[in-house]
Amino acid sequence: MAGEDFSSPVFSLDMIFGFLGISYEFRWPVLWVEPHLTWLIDGILTTLRLSAISWCFAVFLGILFGAMRTVPFRPLRAVATVYVEFFRNVPLLVWLFFWYFGAPEVFPEFIRQWFIRHGIEFWSGVAAISVYHGARFAEVIRSGIQSIPRTQLEAGISSGLSVSQTYRLIIIPIALRLIVPPATNESLNLLKNTSLAMTIGIAEITFASRQIETYTAKAVEALTAGALIYLVLCLAISTIMNHLEKKFAIPGLIARGARAEH
Amino acid sequence: MNFDWAVIIANAKFLLLQGLVGIGAYGGGTLRLAVPAILLGFCIGVVLGLARLANRPWIHYPAVIYIELIRGIPLVMVIFWFWFLVPVLIGRPVPEYWVALTAFVIFEGAYIGEIIRAGIQSVPRGQADAATAAGLSYAQTMVHVILPQAIRNMIPSLVTQFIVLFKDTSLASIIGMMDLTKAAQTVSERELRPFEMYLFIAVIYWMFTYSMSRVSQWLERRMSPERAA
Repeated sequence: MAGEDFSSPVFSLDMIFGFLGISYEFRWPVLWVEPHLTWLIDGILTTLRLSAISWCFAVFLGILFGAMRTVPFRPLRAVATVYVEFFRNVPLLVWLFFWYFGAPEVFPEFIRQWFIRHGIEFWSGVAAISVYHGARFAEVIRSGIQSIPRTQLEAGISSGLSVSQTYRLIIIPIALRLIVPPATNESLNLLKNTSLAMTIGIAEITFASRQIETYTAKAVEALTAGALIYLVLCLAISTIMNHLEKKFAIPGLIARGARAEH
Repeated sequence: MNFDWAVIIANAKFLLLQGLVGIGAYGGGTLRLAVPAILLGFCIGVVLGLARLANRPWIHYPAVIYIELIRGIPLVMVIFWFWFLVPVLIGRPVPEYWVALTAFVIFEGAYIGEIIRAGIQSVPRGQADAATAAGLSYAQTMVHVILPQAIRNMIPSLVTQFIVLFKDTSLASIIGMMDLTKAAQTVSERELRPFEMYLFIAVIYWMFTYSMSRVSQWLERRMSPERAA
């Protein structure tokens, strides 16, 4: 079959390598013969699904704990500080192993069964990424809230709103519009960090390119494909977000986007 | 489930000496990787940051392409690149430690370069003009006028990036380097106590990163006397 003719070099990198005296035979077609192409496409879909689900949970946790860190009530602030400082200061890889290998044994049996039925790798990955990035989003949202003048909160309260109403109706909507640039950065970090999920066996893009490498021993081709896919995804997201940033910018306010924390 | 302290105490020596410091039969070690990676990454970052601000296009554009390319790729990908590519290029296998160190320096250099650039750009243009008018050369302007002010502005983001790098060294375990994460993995496979093991190393990582962020806050206060209340 023509598709399996791996021996024909089709790329000029071949010449560069030849010039440098390195013997490596390029076989780019390994990327588009089956089942390799299916692996890559499934990998892209898994990365997108993992990122999207984790992103929703992470943003929810981020808004919740980020807002809690600014409220005028000490116990709530303390809880949120402990969450943020502990979870964002430990490597995501450790959290992935913790949620995949360690955490399931402390859950009750029926929860564990549900996870095993619905793909325990995937949901452990979602848990680890959401909780870790939730702490990082919380920092972004906190600095967004803190860049809003305190008078907004006071005005809200003095016009008869409760603290939670003021947060829900005034502070958080303004903060969300202020933090679009650092939040974009953080979202891209989340997308790139889903690549760590390969370590617990989630078949996302990095996993797929490693798999092609294992089956064909064509490392350069497989890893180039993986890297290019991430580049394209990141570029696409930042283009969309740049557009949204212009749309959601608060008129008359110089961009004072809160600084992104680690 | 009851929390098993004994398994932590029994393996703490291996985890801390071998995993964290790198003293033992396996080499590696989180600190032995993180410290040179931070220093070398900073050096590459300064060069890249300055190159990106250069006026000459043949210096400027390679730096832009390098930084943007690296920033769009996950670190795991970069590590695998070096893991598979370097043996092909030089024709013999390379120890995990050196692969990891190279990948970290190349990767973090791009991020630190962006911080350096932003820091230099945060110094008002008039400072550079005044220095030039006073007869200083480009190098003198940079060393005596711009960089001292820029570095002060950069400290929070730089320390943040160093913390990120410290956490990222855990990825070296993926290619099999014996760092804190790999050590915990090895022990938990033997003892079947993943919950305790990973929580224990989480606390160790946390102690380092949290104290780094406290030092950064202290430095920031100390280096900006005009902002002290």
